Amino acid sequence: MSAPLSGDLAQIGKSVVIKGELSGSEDLYVDGVVEGSIALKNNSLTVGPNGQVKASVDAKGIVVQGKLEGNVLASERVELRKSAVVTGDITTQRIAIEEGAYLKGKVDIQGRAEKAAGK
Amino acid sequence: MKLFRGPSGGPEAEAPPPAQKLTRRSSGLGELARLWEGDEPLCVLDLGSTSATNIRFFTGLGHKIYSEDLLVASTDPSLVTKDEEGNAILDSRQFLADNLVYPAAHFDAVLCWNLPDYLDESLVRPVMGRFWSVLKPGGVLLAFFHTKDAGPDSPCYRFHIVGKDTLEMQRIVLKREARRGPTGAVHTAIADGFRLQRVFNNRHIETLFRDFASIKFFLARDNVREVLVVR
Repeated sequence: MSAPLSGDLAQIGKSVVIKGELSGSEDLYVDGVVEGSIALKNNSLTVGPNGQVKASVDAKGIVVQGKLEGNVLASERVELRKSAVVTGDITTQRIAIEEGAYLKGKVDIQGRAEKAAGK
Repeated sequence: MKLFRGPSGGPEAEAPPPAQKLTRRSSGLGELARLWEGDEPLCVLDLGSTSATNIRFFTGLGHKIYSEDLLVASTDPSLVTKDEEGNAILDSRQFLADNLVYPAAHFDAVLCWNLPDYLDESLVRPVMGRFWSVLKPGGVLLAFFHTKDAGPDSPCYRFHIVGKDTLEMQRIVLKREARRGPTGAVHTAIADGFRLQRVFNNRHIETLFRDFASIKFFLARDNVREVLVVR
């Protein structure tokens, strides 16, 4: 599966390894290795099939096709595709999980009202 | 207590059967429905294969759900070690260091499904002990056990909650692979899927949960006993 092409999409290729804090204001596609933290408050993160993310993630939407280890906070939606292997707690408004995806962790669905109240 | 060991299928490679979905009424689940339908938000641990249906079911009712597939975790090759007699076993200490790591008395309910029947012998008792410690006093565990009429090829299922007392069971497909070993013998490896390891009788089940406060059996027609245990 190839990476989606878009003008506002930053891509981390499968040979790239990044350690540290990653933040930005555009969508991000990770097919390489990222360790640390990822903050994309108003944008989306996609972990590609070769992607290995070991980080806490805070984004608007998160799609996982590869491996993700760390707690996930998505203000809108999390999608775990069938090849996803996720270890960590997920807090989001909506979640979609394809058959075959692996999740080890907590799922906490927060509605808009709950989120606004800071619960 | 081991009644079954090794694959019983022929040496030839077999095409995996199609994943079947069956619907089944569950008295144990029906009994637990009273718990789900209360006003208090609950903490539930689902130990089957990751199920979007179950996650939707519990989060829709306002409960928190934790998902952890212990059978898959038990296939980690790094767990294999040897006992004092040189027999290959799984390292239960390492397994419990990597899995089921939760604060004491954290869960209101644990959905164990058919895990004890398929889990490696060396892990069964340590894992049951950990269940006791992560359940709240009064917390409930639901487990399914095959009866003696079940054969070693009884399929392992993943369980999806589709109603108050209704489960959809989806067969976890076995992929068998035939390979010729160094001696020329054909070995059948199970690349995926799980085999029934043993059959517990009622006395064994009571012993398994002897530290719990109470145990209730529900007999089903499909060679399965459902067990509800209260810490």
